[in-house]
Amino acid sequence: MIAAVQAVAMITVGVFGALVVVTRDPVRQAVVMGMFGTSLAVLFLVLQAPDVALSQIVVGVAYPLMVLLTLEKVRERKR
Amino acid sequence: MSVRTRLALFGVGAAAALALVVWGLSGIPGFGHYGGSYGYVLNRVALPERHATNVVASVVFDYRGFDTVGEEFILFVSVMAVSLLLRIQRDERERPPRDRAAERTLAGTSDAVRVAGVGLIGPAVLIGLYIVAHGHTTPGGGFQGGAILAAAPMLIYLVGRYLTFRRLNPIHALDVGEGAGAGGFVVVGLIGLVAGIAFLDNIWPKGQPGSVFSAGTLPVLNVSVGLEVGAGLVLILFEFLEQTLMVRGR
Amino acid sequence: MRTLPFLLAAWLLFVGLYGIATSRNFVHLIMCLSVVQSSTYVLLLEVGYRAGGTAPIFKDVPPGTRAVDPVVQALTLTDVVVGVTVTALLLALVLQSHKRSGTLNPDELRPLEG
Repeated sequence: MIAAVQAVAMITVGVFGALVVVTRDPVRQAVVMGMFGTSLAVLFLVLQAPDVALSQIVVGVAYPLMVLLTLEKVRERKR
Repeated sequence: MSVRTRLALFGVGAAAALALVVWGLSGIPGFGHYGGSYGYVLNRVALPERHATNVVASVVFDYRGFDTVGEEFILFVSVMAVSLLLRIQRDERERPPRDRAAERTLAGTSDAVRVAGVGLIGPAVLIGLYIVAHGHTTPGGGFQGGAILAAAPMLIYLVGRYLTFRRLNPIHALDVGEGAGAGGFVVVGLIGLVAGIAFLDNIWPKGQPGSVFSAGTLPVLNVSVGLEVGAGLVLILFEFLEQTLMVRGR
Repeated sequence: MRTLPFLLAAWLLFVGLYGIATSRNFVHLIMCLSVVQSSTYVLLLEVGYRAGGTAPIFKDVPPGTRAVDPVVQALTLTDVVVGVTVTALLLALVLQSHKRSGTLNPDELRPLEG
């Protein structure tokens, strides 16, 4: 039973990882990155690592924010 | 070197790396058949020796504490480097953002975001402090709790204007907090050295396993790491916000 | 189920590396780098997994229950947070490089002129 859940979590992580690379526009990629981080946290939880899952979840908050701030700064210089 | 040459070179390198990775992965004992002995020993020994129910925390701060000192300083140096890189250059100055579209109406932050954000600031701080304090008994610890604590100032920025956030001027307090966190860790380790044993040895009184005041140095180290990570992340965010909203070229 | 975990780690590694090699935007490159980093986290946790084991926290289960390896979790835990900080450093570098050269495209960057 738990092996099935783990298999599903792993496949989801693989799909989202590929999606992150394939999305070329950085703004959209930040959103996909958030989804990738969440699926990664679920995988960590199913692999019996609650500490690591907690770290991944809280870090997924700071990450898209920094990326979007950088993109905003870059965009206004291009104007 | 043109793009295609570069890609061809990458293909060759990736194929060689793939061969190595496959060869390496085929030598690992299968998934679920954990082969090392360290895990068995630690799971049996950590609770009686250190009175810490969270074995992962006892590994991070006690059995492998020296690695954590190194990682903490990676974090410290990265924050310092971000502050250094995003400082105001000679040909820039600070100027509050000008409203270039004063004749158009702009939808401000929606009320739903404002209310939800204000409502979440208190719980975020509380949950962050809880996770830092109970890091050695339940999943959590300094790293996670510090990152949650850093979310509270982010929420303040989200629900208000940046200029209001900036008037808090937390830079000095954050600098002191981060330094105290990083230094506190080393000081606790040095206490062990001064007492004649080893650096970061867990010689403090260990109480009842499962209570907050147990496991010797672990709660203290959790607090110092939480302080450092929280202050560091808010500093990084602050630098990025300054750079994006306030710094302008001449 | 025997090969899927390690296949996932190798897949994430090489997909991320491909993204880095063919990237035309620095910020996209940084996010592909974090995909590569996450492949190492996944591999570490899978090596430490013990079939039928639970999390190595003995607050509510009696000590002595079958648990997974705590050492790899300790390694991964600090790694995740430090990885975000290093990403912040890389983003700051990209910002400053954009100010000097005006482009975010790695192919358009010229070598430094003295």
